[in-house]
Amino acid sequence: MKSKSSFREALTYIFLFILALAFLAPIAIIIMNSVKGNFYISQSPFSIPNYETFVGAENFIKGFKQSDFMKSFFNSAFITFFSVAGIVLMTSMTAWFIVRVKNKLTKLLYYLFVFSMIVPFQMVMYTMTYYAFELNLNNRIGIIFIYLGFGAGLSVFMFSGFIKSIPTEIEEAATIDGCSPVKTFFLIVFPILKPTAITVAILNAMWIWNDYLLPYLVLGSGEGKTLPVAVQMALTGGYGNKDMGALMAMLVLAILPIIIFYLFCQKYIIRGVAAGAVKG
Amino acid sequence: MQKTLKKYFPVFLLPTLAAFLISFVIPFIMGVWLSFTEFKVVNDSKWVGLANYIRIFTEDKTFINSLRLTVKFTVVSVITINILAFLLALLLTRGLKGTNAFRTVFFMPNLIGGIVLGHIWSLIINGVLGFFGVDITYDPNYGFWGLVILMNWQLIGYMMIIYIAGLQNIPDQLSEAAAIDGASPLQTLFHITIPMVMPSVTICTFLTLTNSFKLFDQNLALNGKSADTSLLALDIYKTFYDHTGLKLAQWHGMGQAKAVIFFLLVAVIAFIQLRATRQKEVEQ
Repeated sequence: MKSKSSFREALTYIFLFILALAFLAPIAIIIMNSVKGNFYISQSPFSIPNYETFVGAENFIKGFKQSDFMKSFFNSAFITFFSVAGIVLMTSMTAWFIVRVKNKLTKLLYYLFVFSMIVPFQMVMYTMTYYAFELNLNNRIGIIFIYLGFGAGLSVFMFSGFIKSIPTEIEEAATIDGCSPVKTFFLIVFPILKPTAITVAILNAMWIWNDYLLPYLVLGSGEGKTLPVAVQMALTGGYGNKDMGALMAMLVLAILPIIIFYLFCQKYIIRGVAAGAVKG
Repeated sequence: MQKTLKKYFPVFLLPTLAAFLISFVIPFIMGVWLSFTEFKVVNDSKWVGLANYIRIFTEDKTFINSLRLTVKFTVVSVITINILAFLLALLLTRGLKGTNAFRTVFFMPNLIGGIVLGHIWSLIINGVLGFFGVDITYDPNYGFWGLVILMNWQLIGYMMIIYIAGLQNIPDQLSEAAAIDGASPLQTLFHITIPMVMPSVTICTFLTLTNSFKLFDQNLALNGKSADTSLLALDIYKTFYDHTGLKLAQWHGMGQAKAVIFFLLVAVIAFIQLRATRQKEVEQ
């Protein structure tokens, strides 16, 4: 009995190990190709780099230059950071207001926020872009405001769900002691909301960092382009021969920050995503 | 407290409300209205009634094709992703050592953005097809199955995490009792494990369903160049920004009409899903 179960255990391990290799293979292939010469990438994309095909950091240097990598990386980081901070701060305040002030308007707003979660982006894509340009929101600051509007649905919904379970007594006591609503919120309510705030921040950060269509339509492919837009431009735009080496290097550079971030905060990310799924 | 809090409405509500109105509510209402008009830009619309809706089903061949393709893609993805993710979750909840490392690896693709994912798989799929002297645009089936593989690679880990959470919630007594009563592992699976993780199944089905139905980035990056592998979201995008033939105003009107139908389809899916979930809650 014992030997049979340990044999099965070994089989499971071998199976999982092969599967894990298969999951990592696409990323490994990109990294492999990023250090090979142009010709060999299209000629033999699955061969391991050797003395003949290895070109060192050449592709990375070209990739950096061609794509304005640093600029688009900075744009993405800037937009993601401030959008997420804004969303967490503003929507938690809004959710508290909506849950605690009960009237027809707040009820309607709540349902509007929930409704917005199911509307696909293509529905508002054209008109939203028009208003973004009309109101001069087509810049790195303006797009943060737009992300607040688009992120509001899910975030208000998640915060509201949690706030409903908090007893009002503590807040009332604070009010009787003379705390203003702003003070009550930041000193008492927000600290309680912290676990939900982390989940909301992770979900929004993953969405905004990887988002393509919205920043492409609003910021375009010029100065303000974000990382996904830069990648898409480099791999499809341009005329004549594509520099495959530089493109592979760009893909590696685009993935690397996410993987490093993931390895450091994977506990929070996996927990946040699971919590977000259950609530959403 | 309500009364004082109400006075603070400009602080608590106004910023979010303003952003929400400008980037979602007003564009949404205008979007519905514009689907009944022809327009070059938003403020020069001309009422044409149902002409756009009629045109996308008669003159425009791409819409029906992409609708059919999207339904097929969604059905295939939902089935494959959920079965594989559930099996993986079963394997990883058997108390083996080192499962966390596997979990980390399987979940990772989910964090990479759709555009980058699409280009990674474009290199791999074209690399494989290169051995046969063709590429992904050669046959719409290649593009379709390429997208299915990509979607599986991206979402299996995510769904696996949700299934693992569901499996860990099953009390040990249940399966122990079943074992004592002489139930085979398969019987335990179908009569205890699967019924007990139904809430996770509902969530995962919903997530895979909406994600596949609304897929855009991956589709654009992997097969943006071939027209016959455009799913609905990409077809709407192309109707707006990438077209030849008719007048610009007509394309815009048609694009907006397609978007309204797209939205209605997603809303119907969400509604059915919500009702199914409610019914299950009553049963429990």
